[in-house]
Amino acid sequence: MRLTEIQQRLRTSDPRYFQIASLSLLTIYGIVELDVEVQLQWAGLILIACLLTQWLCTRLFKLPTFEPRSALISGLSLCLLLRSNAWELVILAAVVTIASKFVLRWRGRHIFNPTNFGIVVLLLLSDQVWVSPGQWGSAALLGMFALCLGALVVRRAERSDVTYAFLTFYGLLVFGRAWWLGDSWAIPLHHLQSGAFIIFSFFMISDPKTTPDSRAGRILYALLVAFGAAYVHFVLYQPNGMMYALVASAALVPLINVLLPGRPFEWRVRAVQSGSLPLRQRQVRFTLGNQV
Amino acid sequence: MIKKTSGSSGRLFQLSIVLLCLILTAVKAEAFCGFYVAKADASLFNKASQVVLVRDGDRTVITMANDFQGEPREFAMVVPVPTFIGEDQIKVVNKALIDHVDSYTAPRLAEYYDASPCVSYRILRETSVRLDGMSISDEFEAGPAENFGVRVEAEYTVGEYDIKILSAKESDGLESWLRQNGYKIPNGATEVLSSYIKQKVRFFVAKVNLEQQSAMGFNYLRPLQISFSSPKFMLPIRLGTVNADGPQDLFVYALTRKGRVETTNYRTVKLPTGNEIPPYVTTEFDAFYTSMFDRLVERENMRAVFLEYAWNMNFKCDPCVGMPLAAADLRELGVDWLQLSANGMGRMDYFITRLHVRYDAETFPQDLMFQETADNSNFQGRYVIRHPWQGNDTCEAARDYRITLRTRQEEEARMLAAMTGWDISVIRNRSGIGQSTEFRERSKERSWWDDIRNWFSGD
Repeated sequence: MRLTEIQQRLRTSDPRYFQIASLSLLTIYGIVELDVEVQLQWAGLILIACLLTQWLCTRLFKLPTFEPRSALISGLSLCLLLRSNAWELVILAAVVTIASKFVLRWRGRHIFNPTNFGIVVLLLLSDQVWVSPGQWGSAALLGMFALCLGALVVRRAERSDVTYAFLTFYGLLVFGRAWWLGDSWAIPLHHLQSGAFIIFSFFMISDPKTTPDSRAGRILYALLVAFGAAYVHFVLYQPNGMMYALVASAALVPLINVLLPGRPFEWRVRAVQSGSLPLRQRQVRFTLGNQV
Repeated sequence: MIKKTSGSSGRLFQLSIVLLCLILTAVKAEAFCGFYVAKADASLFNKASQVVLVRDGDRTVITMANDFQGEPREFAMVVPVPTFIGEDQIKVVNKALIDHVDSYTAPRLAEYYDASPCVSYRILRETSVRLDGMSISDEFEAGPAENFGVRVEAEYTVGEYDIKILSAKESDGLESWLRQNGYKIPNGATEVLSSYIKQKVRFFVAKVNLEQQSAMGFNYLRPLQISFSSPKFMLPIRLGTVNADGPQDLFVYALTRKGRVETTNYRTVKLPTGNEIPPYVTTEFDAFYTSMFDRLVERENMRAVFLEYAWNMNFKCDPCVGMPLAAADLRELGVDWLQLSANGMGRMDYFITRLHVRYDAETFPQDLMFQETADNSNFQGRYVIRHPWQGNDTCEAARDYRITLRTRQEEEARMLAAMTGWDISVIRNRSGIGQSTEFRERSKERSWWDDIRNWFSGD
């Protein structure tokens, strides 16, 4: 009885808390276990810069409430992915990341996944930042760890279809290429076991605010990202293919939403508070579905 | 009470060493770098290759060293290359150049002599290990040539090598061609060759031209260098894993403009550094380094690349294990962007990264893919030996020193055991510090804070 109560509570709580907890765990794991170049003070700097920018933008754009949760998620993702030796660039990345949510908007929603946008802008603007895709290692353990946490996050965020579609398309491309080349399966498996790939698939591409509204749109979106990422990696031989592909595809989301319209996403808790009927219905259905 | 006193005097002593170092630096920077006293000429890693990789934009210069020990006529190498390679893109360079880069970047030992606690002075020496030993070769037998759908795009004789640039449509054809032409291709290479052929890779194949070699009078094979322009920043390692009996070692010395080079498809892990180890290791530094490396490889399940040195060459080495590369040597290796005056003076705007990887087909299925990061912070594998002071003085500081020395020696022994996996009792014996009753008693007094500090400091 008690367990079901807890489950009920978890289901109705804001899924962003799960995201924050998962990303924090990964960051701590990175600092303590993997000895990646995320240092505690840098992580702190990024998080403070993100929260401050969020607060300033809230004042500047006259929003009714300060919303730290999404800013924290963006900040933690930055901690996990962005590397630089220049603290001013790290702060700039945090500012660009958060400000992009307020500035680059279309029909009341931001266009780009903030972290993705911040990283790509900094990668293009400066040669003093980098992303270390290999630093998360290929340890199956880390993969499984991130996978489980990530699966939880996307299920809670209700946009798991993008992740699954992306994993399928990208997996098909990577395995298809290996099959065509006659490579052993160890090569595509090694490619997909990268912790960076899993973090991207489960934490970035699944950002519900920036994915298309309809399921068909989201599948098309995942296809675009997968092809883009594979193109950058296998044809241009450049790192960070997924990052670039995600920014390029996100720019097309408004068009996808026109072509394949659907219901815009709202965070569930806010929806319940504001009494939005369709979302409340969805929440009930979700709960019932799980009970059955 | 005793511990408190010894701790503070130990800190004071350390502080005085640091201060002394600072003073020496200010007075004579060269002296602070120390001097080179010895190198281990023994071959530390049996199956090791050494590659100098210069990367500037899309331009890549690869210098491949080998100290192939067999008959020169049995030497042959096959290297997949991303583009056609013209004759002017191939060079033979002096082996001493690679040895220089190797010794300059090798993990090092810094020796300090404890000063008399009553009077202060200090001597610093460095020892480094040098790495020898590599073979990238296949035996071959001469035979009649046939085409097999293989196109010989170009043939050159460069130095003591006969070189061919091949392109092929089918791996079977290429394999047959290579066998016919005396390249002993291991079983299982077909799959890898086929994969490379589909990726439109060409093959750079080299054999020794015996006449040229005897005319030149070299009794060893000099490193081959190729330069080309390609967005691919990688090293092909797959062919080498096909017939390998056991793991191989590869040293990559990357010379770039901006910063540290790391692998994008494997973890790059820093070597432990700054650890204090017992003085007797001076004479066994190569054994220490190889044991430590074996243990690291084991800890990472042989799935990581190790960073052994990363240095912005505008900074002085500290400690130095040799002279930095001269401008002419750098040009020879492919570093052509330095703006130096006629006498070789000017800013040394290049960065050296030394990566060490032990790999086999199972744990490293993909070729090594690299990226140059903007990280230009300096890193070196450096281990510290502090020779105890042997004097008979009886000043108060000397009494404190003797009390702390015993703890320090035990910590050094434990550190060495943790780093190398060597037997702690053997280490204690070699260090001349049997596990005495007195120490056991005192070690019980170690506070929780000491334990935490030890945990963070390595083991």
